[in-house]
Amino acid sequence: MFESYADALMPKFTFPGRYESLAQIASLIRRATQELGLSSLDSYTVEMAVDEACTNIIEHAYGGEGHGDIELEYQIESDALIIILRDHGKPFNPKKVRPPKRDAPLKRRRNHGLGLYFIYQWMDDVRFEFSEGTNTLTMVKRKK
Amino acid sequence: MEIEHTTYKRCDLVKVKGRLDSASAPEFDEKLKQITNSGRYRIVIDMGDLQFISSAGLRALISAQKVCRRYNRGEVVLTNVPENIKAALDLAGFTRLFKIYPDVVSAVANV
Repeated sequence: MFESYADALMPKFTFPGRYESLAQIASLIRRATQELGLSSLDSYTVEMAVDEACTNIIEHAYGGEGHGDIELEYQIESDALIIILRDHGKPFNPKKVRPPKRDAPLKRRRNHGLGLYFIYQWMDDVRFEFSEGTNTLTMVKRKK
Repeated sequence: MEIEHTTYKRCDLVKVKGRLDSASAPEFDEKLKQITNSGRYRIVIDMGDLQFISSAGLRALISAQKVCRRYNRGEVVLTNVPENIKAALDLAGFTRLFKIYPDVVSAVANV
């Protein structure tokens, strides 16, 4: 069902792969979630998932700030918001990221892996792909 | 993001406002390190005007908590936590690692 999203997506935005872009991306996403009529919590979860995904692009795909753009598209359907993020950095393999130890005592809490965990937990569908030099992350949030 | 830092006799109160994301987390992390480096380990974080926190902000909190709890010399506690942020803290397993107080007065009194 993901394939059907690819063609008709509107609108499209490009942001510099820098952390200062995150606030602008967030306000765009907030407007989209409000247009769909998501609850305050659901809207927050989408904002957080997108923020984590964009941070991952900057940190992992591009290996730091200022090495490439983040492309964002979204589509508001009757009962769902579909968000597609693209970058042209290193291939990202989510299977290589170990999940956080959420139940570990403080001393053994690791500091990484939380971002991806939030993305999978907060969104209803998540798919990572890499093809022809482009990472494509498709995320869907359904209206409850 | 904006940070207001007040030093009390028994603890430090850090009010963080706005967005705590990868852009602002280094400044927040730096503020907390500045406090612990000065030998003060009882820290109250007031989240009343915090609109958003990402995993980058959560990492700064965990780092500070590790430093403060060492040798039982203190801890980081949270107060005025907005509902949405509370949900993120819950999902990350942070509500077991940080005491949450309903208001600044009780947080400062109990930290």
